[in-house]
Parts: sequence; C-alpha cells; structure tokens
Amino acid sequence: MPLLWIPLLTLVGTLVPLLTASRGRLFCTAATAIVPITALALLLSHLPILLDGGTVSQQLSWIPLLGLDLALRVDGLTLLFGLLILGIGSLIIIYAGYYLSSSENDGRFFSYMMLFMTAMLGIVMADNLLLLWLFWELTSVASFLLIGFWGHRSDARRGARMALTVTGAGGLALLAGILLIGHEVGSFALPDVLAAGDQLRQASTYPVIMALVLLGAFTKSAQFPFHFWLPHAMAAPTPVSAYLHSSTMVKAGIFLLARLHPALGDTSLWSISLTLAGLATLVYGAWFALLERDLKGILAFSTVSHLGLVVLLLGLNTPLAIVAALFHILNHALFKATLFMSAGIIDHETGTRDIRRLGALWSLMPITGTLTLMAGAAMAGLPPFNGFLSKEMLLTKALATDLFGGLGSVIPLLVLVGATLSVAYSLRLVYCVFFSPNDNPPEAAHTPHDPPKGMYLPGLMLACLCLLVGLFPMTLAAPLIRTASIAVQGDNAPLFVFALWHGINLPLLMSLFAILGGITLLWRHKNISSLASLLPAPNAPALFEKAVTRLIKASLWITLRLENGSLQRYQALLLLSALGMTALGLSQLETLSGNVAMQPIDGLTLLGASVMMIGAIGSALAHRWRLVSLLMLSMVGLTVSLTFIRFSAPDLAMTQLSVEVASMILLILALFFLPQRPPRWVSSRRIVRDVLLAGSLGLVIAGLNYALLTREVLSISDYFLSNSVPGGGGTNVVNVILVDFRGFDTLGEITVLTLAGLATYKLLNRLRLFKPSGNIEGIRWSRHRYPMILEVVAQIILPLALLVSVYIFLRGHNQPGGGFIAGLITAIALLLQYIARGYEWTSSRLPLSYPVISVIGLVIAVLTGLGSWLFGYPFLTSSFGYFNIPLVGKTELATALLFDLGVYLAVVGATLMILVNLGSVTTAHRPTLKTTEQTASKEGNK
Amino acid sequence: MELLFSLVIGVLSASGIYLLLRGRTFSIIVGLALLSYAVNLFLVSTGGLHTHSAAVIGASAAPADPLPQALVLTAIVIGFAMSAFMVILAIRARAELGNDHVDGKQGEEGSTR
Repeated sequence: MPLLWIPLLTLVGTLVPLLTASRGRLFCTAATAIVPITALALLLSHLPILLDGGTVSQQLSWIPLLGLDLALRVDGLTLLFGLLILGIGSLIIIYAGYYLSSSENDGRFFSYMMLFMTAMLGIVMADNLLLLWLFWELTSVASFLLIGFWGHRSDARRGARMALTVTGAGGLALLAGILLIGHEVGSFALPDVLAAGDQLRQASTYPVIMALVLLGAFTKSAQFPFHFWLPHAMAAPTPVSAYLHSSTMVKAGIFLLARLHPALGDTSLWSISLTLAGLATLVYGAWFALLERDLKGILAFSTVSHLGLVVLLLGLNTPLAIVAALFHILNHALFKATLFMSAGIIDHETGTRDIRRLGALWSLMPITGTLTLMAGAAMAGLPPFNGFLSKEMLLTKALATDLFGGLGSVIPLLVLVGATLSVAYSLRLVYCVFFSPNDNPPEAAHTPHDPPKGMYLPGLMLACLCLLVGLFPMTLAAPLIRTASIAVQGDNAPLFVFALWHGINLPLLMSLFAILGGITLLWRHKNISSLASLLPAPNAPALFEKAVTRLIKASLWITLRLENGSLQRYQALLLLSALGMTALGLSQLETLSGNVAMQPIDGLTLLGASVMMIGAIGSALAHRWRLVSLLMLSMVGLTVSLTFIRFSAPDLAMTQLSVEVASMILLILALFFLPQRPPRWVSSRRIVRDVLLAGSLGLVIAGLNYALLTREVLSISDYFLSNSVPGGGGTNVVNVILVDFRGFDTLGEITVLTLAGLATYKLLNRLRLFKPSGNIEGIRWSRHRYPMILEVVAQIILPLALLVSVYIFLRGHNQPGGGFIAGLITAIALLLQYIARGYEWTSSRLPLSYPVISVIGLVIAVLTGLGSWLFGYPFLTSSFGYFNIPLVGKTELATALLFDLGVYLAVVGATLMILVNLGSVTTAHRPTLKTTEQTASKEGNK
Repeated sequence: MELLFSLVIGVLSASGIYLLLRGRTFSIIVGLALLSYAVNLFLVSTGGLHTHSAAVIGASAAPADPLPQALVLTAIVIGFAMSAFMVILAIRARAELGNDHVDGKQGEEGSTR
C-alpha cells in the first residue's frame, strides 16, 4: 500500500465530519474516528519492515525546480509519532464526541481536528525538508483554528493569536534554516541531508543554521523563553489541549530535533544549547505548575516542564539519553492526554477548573478519580508507572554527563529540583481535586458523577497503558523505542534494558528524595505561595502584547508616512524606486557605450529629433495652457510617425499617423469637458523635486537605450523572417506575426480594445456636465457649428478614404498595412462626418451600432481560430492557398485574412464607440442605461 | 545617430514623467502620451536602427527585426484605447467630484495632503 494513502486518508477525513454532521453526534463521531483507525492500520501494515530497522519511502515529483518533492517516509521515529498521532487522535475524537455540548458545531470541530492530524502526519512522514516545513506551518494554522474554536471568547481569540504568532514566527525561522541547509547540501531530500551531517557541521554557516532550526523547534515545543503561548492556548476546548498541546503538536519541535539529529546534532554547540534550554524550561515550568490554580494551567506548565525534560535528554547527547528522550515522549503523551481528558471531565461535571473550588470528588467520581490518580502517579514519576522508568533514566544520564566540566553537578541538582517539583504538583492536583475537603463548591446544576463510558474509556485505556508500560516495558515499549532510536542514531543505537528495579543506587535515592520533598512541598504549599508572591512574576503575555502593540504602531506610522492619500506622492515614490533599481542595473555595466560603431547623423533626422525634443519640453512647460500643450504633443506624435518611416517601420508609421489623428480629436474633445485653465501652482520646491526626478529618470532611460543600441542585437526573429512566406503565406512579416504567429496575442489585444470601448458606455452614463458657454476670457463660442467647407470636403473624402482603407487592408499581408491600420483609417473617415455634420445628421444616415460591429469582429476572429480545430489543427493555425479569380487574376487567399477582418471590425467598432460616445455627450443622444435605439424613441416623447 | 536617438527618448520620457507628476488629470494624460511615444521608440530600437530595410520579404536584403515592430503596433492601438479610457475617466471624475485634481480634492497643488 503506497504511503501516500495515509495522509491522504486523513485529508479526505476532513470532509467526513462535515458530511455526516447532520446525522447526529454519535454517527458523526463514529464516522470520523474510523478514519484515523484505518490510517493506523495502514501504518501498522509496515510494521515488519520497521521492526527490522528498515525504512519505507515513496517519492512523487511535485515541484522539482524548487527541490520540493512529495516524498514520504516511514521509519522508526515516524512509527513512534504516528502511533501517538493516530492512536491518541482516535481516542480523543471519541472523547470529544461526548465532551462538546450538543449545541456546538461538531462537524467543524472534527474537521479541524482531522486537518491538524493530516498536518502532523505530514511532518512526521515528510522525506523532504520543504515538505516538512509546509506541514509544519499547516499545524500552526490548524492549531490557530482549534484554539480559537470558541471564537466568541476573547481569551480564545487572544490565545489563538499568540500561538499563531509565536509558532508562525518560529516556522519562518525554520524555513530560513532549511533553505540554508538546502543551500549547503544542494538538496532538500531528507536522505541527502541526513547523510551530509559532517559537511553541515563543518560549514561556516552551521551556527546560523542551528540557531534558526532551534528557534523553530523551541517555539513549537514551548521551550523557555518561548513557552508563554502554551498556557494561553488552554482557552481551547479540552480535547484540543489533550491532543495538540500535550501529546502531538508541541512534540513537533522535539520530533524535528530528533529527526535532524544525524545532520545537525553531535556538536558541543548543539548539546549546550539544548541542555540549557531544556534545564531552564524543566525547572521554570515545574515551579509555575506548582503555583497555578487552574487545572488546565497546571497541566500546561507541567507540559512545558516535561518538554524541557525531553529537550534536556536530547541535549545530553549520549545514545542512551536519546533512548530515554524517545521513551519519555511516549510516556508523557500517555499520561498527559489522560490527565487533560480527566480535567475536561471534571470541568464538565462541576463547572469549574479552579482547584480551590474543587475537592472531595473521590466518592462521587471513583472512575475518574482512579484514572487521574494513575496518570498523576505516572507524571510524578512514581513506581510502577511508566513515568518512573524514564525519570530514573534521566537521573542516571544527568549524573553521568560531563557536559559542563566542573560545573557538571549543576545538571543533576536542577533535575532533582525539577523532579521534586513534579512530584509536588502532581500530588497537589490529585489531592486537591479528589481528597481535600471542599469549602467553596461551585453551584452546579447537579451532583457531579462519573461521565458516560465513551467519555472516560479513552482516558482509562491510556491510564492502563501507563501502568502496563511501567510493568512490562520490555514487551510493550522497548521494540518501538528501539526502532525509533535506530532511525535517529543509526549504527550508534545502543542496546538497552528498561526495568523498574536496578538495585539500590544513587538515582533511586534521588527519586526517593524527590518523593519525600514533593510531599513536604505540598504540605507547606501555603508557605510556597507566599514565597512566590514575593518573587517578581514574569508577565510574558503582557510583554508580548506590548511588543505586538508597538509593532502595529510602528507599521502604522510607516504606512501613514508612505500612504497619505496623495496620488502624486505615490507616483513620485514609485518613480523614485524605479529610478533606484534601474540605475543600480545600469551601474553594473562596465562601460555605458558598447562596441558597435555609431551611424552618422543626417540633417533631416537631426531636424526631426529637434522638433520632437522641443515639442516634448514645450508641452511640459506649457501644461497650464492646455491647447498649446496639446499642439506641442501632436507635433511630437507626428514626428514620431516620421521617425518610424526613417527607421524602416512603415507599418508603425501608418498606425501612429492614424492613431495620432484619432487621439487629437479625443483630446480636444476632452479639453471641452475639463477646466480650461488650472489654478496656479505654488511650491517651487515641488517643481524642483519633479524636475530632478524626471530629469534623472530621463537620463537613466536614455543611458539604457544608448547602452542597448551600441551593443550587438541578439534577435529571435530569424524564425519569423524565414517562416513568414512558407508558413504564413505573407511577405509583410510584421502583419504575419500579428495575424498568424502571434495571433492569440492579437486576439487578446482586440478584446481589450473592445472592452475599453464598452467601458465608455458605463463611464459616460448619466454624466453630470460642466458645459462652458464660452472660453476662459469670456468670449462666447461661435454659433456657426458646422463649417461648410469641412462639410463638403468630408463628404468627398469619405468614399476615397474607404477605398484606401480597403486597399490597405487587402495588401496588408504582403505590403505594409493590415487590419489595424485599415480599421483606424475607416474610423477616422467616418469620424470626420460626425465632426463636419454633427451627431444627429450623421447617425441618422449611418445607422450603425458600433458595439455590435466590434463584437462581430471579435466573433469572426475567434471563429477563424476555432475553424482550424475542424481540420484537426491547434487553435488559430492559419492556412492559405493561391486561387485564380476571374477579372482579378491569381490571388492568394489566407484564413489569416479572415482573422485580419475581425481585427479590422473590432478596431473600427471600438474607436468609434469611444469617440462618438464622447462626442454625443453634449447632444440629446447621451448614453444612458438603455440602448441607443430606446433612447432615440424616448427622445421623441420629450 | 544612436546617441541622438537615445537623447530624444530621454527628453521625451523626462517631459512625460514631469507631466505625470502634476496634479491635474489633463497634464497626466498628455504626460502618458509622451511617455508612450518614448517607450514605443525604445521598443522599436531594440531591433536596431535600420535604414531602408522594412521587414517585408524581398523588399530588402537585410530586413529589420519585425518582432519589436509587431509588438509596438499593437501597443500603439492599445495605448490609444487606454488613453481614451483615461480621458473619459477623467471627465467622469471631474463631473462627480467637481474638480480635475487627481486626489479628487481641490487644493493647492504643492500641498502634501
């Protein structure tokens, strides 16, 4: 069975609860729980290979260019974590089915849980570091959704935000670390990375890589000083705490440390970092667990403490210490999940989690009491439970370490402190809830009693496992831990014996001391509390909130600096950054001037260049005298079209010339509707700034162009030049490119053109008009609206212009011309009629609907393209042939001509749509929401 | 010749950009037109500056690079459509807001807000 099925199954499992939620809680829970159980069975089907120390893997290529593959593996470490994720996962789902109140959206809850499960499985199964990271971030997201499941509560929202910020930021650090690893090793595949351990340890970037990876692991696994999010994540529903924040997600960081141990571990830097963080976390968490009053708070801090313990063991870095770490991962998951579940039961039954208001529940809830007692004993490290075994191993290893040289005895001492505190808070939890007299019970609706079977059985099963693992460790745990240890340590994996009794030795005496010390601490708890109230209590959440607030303020400040609502300012900033980046690129050239010799300048070209430059500068200077500015602009535009002729681009010259005419008409029309004379400007500083900015950009652009022109031209156009006649059947290569080689692009362009035309309808619809009755000096407009000479000339020109446009259109494939140019000429010829005779006169004689023409053009172009499908060719493949037509003679007919017809119609339609619409605004035919015909008929009613 | 060509492009772009930075819609439309002339000339020049060699097969021994020309041809037409769209947008903005300042506020052109 391919490995991919396992995470795929749980991923599909996110849909199961959503689909079954309507069929009742029981059905939904059962259907959901089947998914992880099946996945577990799939995982266990690989057991024989794994127990021999083997690895199963599956590779699917995903984004090879990034080194990201869908590569999965199952080895001993995966097996250990997979058992926890899927085994405890299915138990928690059953538990949650009873825990959630009937009004809650269980489909959503279970769906999030399955999403989280998938992400977690992805982390432990990933055989590619990038893939691992993707799932790593997915757990942060799923955890956010789950902590914030009760989104109506502000503490849930805050806890979710905090967890996401801390673990998300750590995830980014991890990504940076992974990228550095990939850079060093040359691959993100886990086998490659694990095999490159020596190379990584000797790399100059090793300290950075290690720090980044540890940052990721420590934030996820709540190591001091990043632990503070975990107690706040307790705002989540209790099944979430039991699953994510005790047995699985917080272990992801530890998993990462174990997984990368062959690649990054085994250096003194690694050991010291882990040991220090682990020790600090161990003692810190245990101390605050002892002071905490909230049931889940105690468990949260104790989780922090135990995570520190595992990190410490990994840091001690002897083969047996790593075995002990793996063993404790298993043990902690078993007893902590149980304790969380029982905390949920107690909360459910009594309505409070404050241990000062709980007590004397033993006689009321014997089953819950029993399982809490068992798991609590395991957490305290009492024999014969599993916690005792791993704690003894820790004490042995702590005594044996030589990590800090002369200061080495600090480690066992601090571990002893941690163990003592651990006994104290575990006993306190059990004692205060079940045995101490209760003076101040909460007002519950009913007397607390044991919950239904479904709610306590999962916890009871785990509690029994705690006992059984403690009694028969060699049968139940050793094979699993052995394979996991092989996966982490390879050939160094030691042989080991788990046993309750090692004879009377120092670790046993230390355990005994811890138990007695713990009882004493519990007995004197009042004194401890008052002592603690004297110590300064670090308020990490407040510091965190403050930091976040400050960050938001700072970004707001920057945003407001950049974004003050002035478009001119944005424009200037954008141009400034463009200037910076282009100048940077230009400065990397060795010399501005290339090695191609310059051509000589001739007089006519010099004249043209001068006209363009004078026109450009003039239109900038005269921008307040708008008509003058416009005339200067048209001077530049016309010379540009001459420039195109000068430099062998006749098609462009023709296009530019006809567009120039159309845009001048447009701009003069615009002048009529816009204020004739803008108010005076003021700040000369602003002008200096703009002149400098524009000048330097102009300089950079000119420099870029010069650098380009004086270098060898490397063109890809040889293909077009040699295939134009045989492939496209035309000698005008520019036109063949437009209608044949790159026909699809042209189709896009005429679509944009048509859309721009159609948009004018919307924009001009019900426009409020500023209609000046005279010019700026107060002289009224002339009453002679249509000069007679123009009327006559326009009428004479129309048939000639149409003839020319047909000619230009037909010859376009072989000579300069084509649909674009012909379309513009036709449009201008028709436009001239509107100018000469007015809108009403012309439109009554030219009953054309320009949107329709434009759309017909588009349809023709698309159909021509689709036509090639009929003959089994790809979209827009053109075909041509030579035919003998009577009177005309031998003529070439190409499907490209049909396509060009579409272009022609689209251009005519769009151009006229824009200009005629704008022109008609002042008449009674202005566009409204209704179509032109309806408007015309409506006008009759007025 | 090349230097002169670059110089023209530089002057055209500088004038266009200066107009782009003005506060009134009409100046910006004119500025964009100037800038697109400069850009079109620039693009055509990427194929080199050729004399008497249109990209028509058989018309000259060494035809000019047709690809930039095809690009620019559509760019000119699209540029027209876009500037038409902008002109109409500017007219509409003036009609809605009562002035032709880009920020929609009738204020001192030199003021920062």
